[in-house]
Amino acid sequence: MSLITVENLSVRYGAHQALHDVNLVVEANEIVTVVGPNGSGKTSLLRAIVGALPAASGSIARKPGLRIGYVPQRLHVDPTLPITAERFLRLPRHAGRVALEAALERTGVPDIGPKQMSQLSGGQLQRVLLARALVNQPDLLLLDEPTQGLDQPASAAFYRLIEEVRHETACSILMISHELHVVMAASDRVICLNGHVCCQGSPEIVSSAPEYRALFGSGTGGALALYRHDHDHAHDDACTHTHHPHEAAE
Amino acid sequence: MILDDFMVRAALAGVGVACAAAPLGSFVVWRRMAYFGDATAHAAILGVALSLALSLSVFVGAVAVAMVMALTVSALSGRGYAMDTLLGVLAHSALAFGLVAVSFLSGVRIDLMAYLFGDILAVSRADLLVIWGGAALVVALIAWRWEQLLTSTLNEDLAYSCGIDPNREKLVLTLALAITVAVAIKVVGVLLIAALLIIPAAAARPLSRTPEGMAVTAALIGTFSAVAGLQSAYVFDTPAGPTIVCVAAICFAVTSMFSVLPRSR
Repeated sequence: MSLITVENLSVRYGAHQALHDVNLVVEANEIVTVVGPNGSGKTSLLRAIVGALPAASGSIARKPGLRIGYVPQRLHVDPTLPITAERFLRLPRHAGRVALEAALERTGVPDIGPKQMSQLSGGQLQRVLLARALVNQPDLLLLDEPTQGLDQPASAAFYRLIEEVRHETACSILMISHELHVVMAASDRVICLNGHVCCQGSPEIVSSAPEYRALFGSGTGGALALYRHDHDHAHDDACTHTHHPHEAAE
Repeated sequence: MILDDFMVRAALAGVGVACAAAPLGSFVVWRRMAYFGDATAHAAILGVALSLALSLSVFVGAVAVAMVMALTVSALSGRGYAMDTLLGVLAHSALAFGLVAVSFLSGVRIDLMAYLFGDILAVSRADLLVIWGGAALVVALIAWRWEQLLTSTLNEDLAYSCGIDPNREKLVLTLALAITVAVAIKVVGVLLIAALLIIPAAAARPLSRTPEGMAVTAALIGTFSAVAGLQSAYVFDTPAGPTIVCVAAICFAVTSMFSVLPRSR
């Protein structure tokens, strides 16, 4: 069966309906990216799948024995709480030293184990969070805007890392991103969310779908797609286009 | 027998409370629950009055009222008032109602000062049994839930993703807090219980690299404060409970300097 099957899910905060009639399936070994404007319910969807938000109606079914590795949007470690990265990786289950070191090595921060969590940079923290999610060899990785606060080269490197991990471990990935154009090419499937699923499909199909264009516009073209491997978009080498930096958000 | 000496009994009582307060106090500091601890402790005086009126054990009454107080605060939080306002209202109201309730207890002569500031030198063998029983319960409870508590403290969504319910863990802490308050009344009194929770844990922070290290260091500092405080109270003829808190505060001042030094390098 599918790893996660979401059927007719509705989630509400008090009177506010964050999600309604969401249907979503995550199959083995695929990368699914959820995009949507602010307040579209992306984080609510992930929190409902994790079990942090109750479903008002509908259902979320997990494959029996499914191991989930969750990477939260951000982790604030209170400065009064002393905890090394290594100790953090062992929460809440004990894991062997070899597994911990392998996970840190895999995410590119091999020597960070003895460091205090509160002293890590944003990029290091993201990699430690990913390492923690990988320690228990998950079948499904859930990532909530994993590159928030990272600069462009750092987030491109992070997405590359995620794709490498997927190839090595054959785990599935369900990821939320606000960097619409950047993540698209890495995904097998993109789900465009705005309270409900507006459209979904391969990145090429979604980016040309009228529902997607209505939400995000198409003004940024290929200029932001620094992660794309396949160059099916037109380059603007002469830099003759005008910039609309806020267009994607509007 | 050694327990015949009131100083030995007092020291054992202080050490027992310090051991329970250390891991719990660490969570109180990490979760920024200091005022919450204060409110729960202040409510205990109402529990004392009720148990004297109903001829119950003071321990039972204090645990019950502290628990009700803690649950009330949890239930009311996030319903309009800011947390510090809510706690300010509840903590001081509970204290005031407790003091008024005590005044209704005609016929029972109770030493109010003993409940407000503790009466560690009057600890009996039966008190010791209650204190060590309660302390052991608190330590066992927190040790049992340690990983879950720590995960919930770091990030609630992370806890959910590991199959941990942060609300249940919060209840565990609340229960531990109520028990600690009840056993600490005799030692430092309701007004200074929060000090015993927070100061050793805060003093242990600069010396610690892991959560476990901080809890153990806090227990050592708390134990030292209890023993050294009692000795000082004997030598200088000062009230025992407040003197214990003073020693803990000096420990905090000393370790704070440790944390300032490495950062300036």
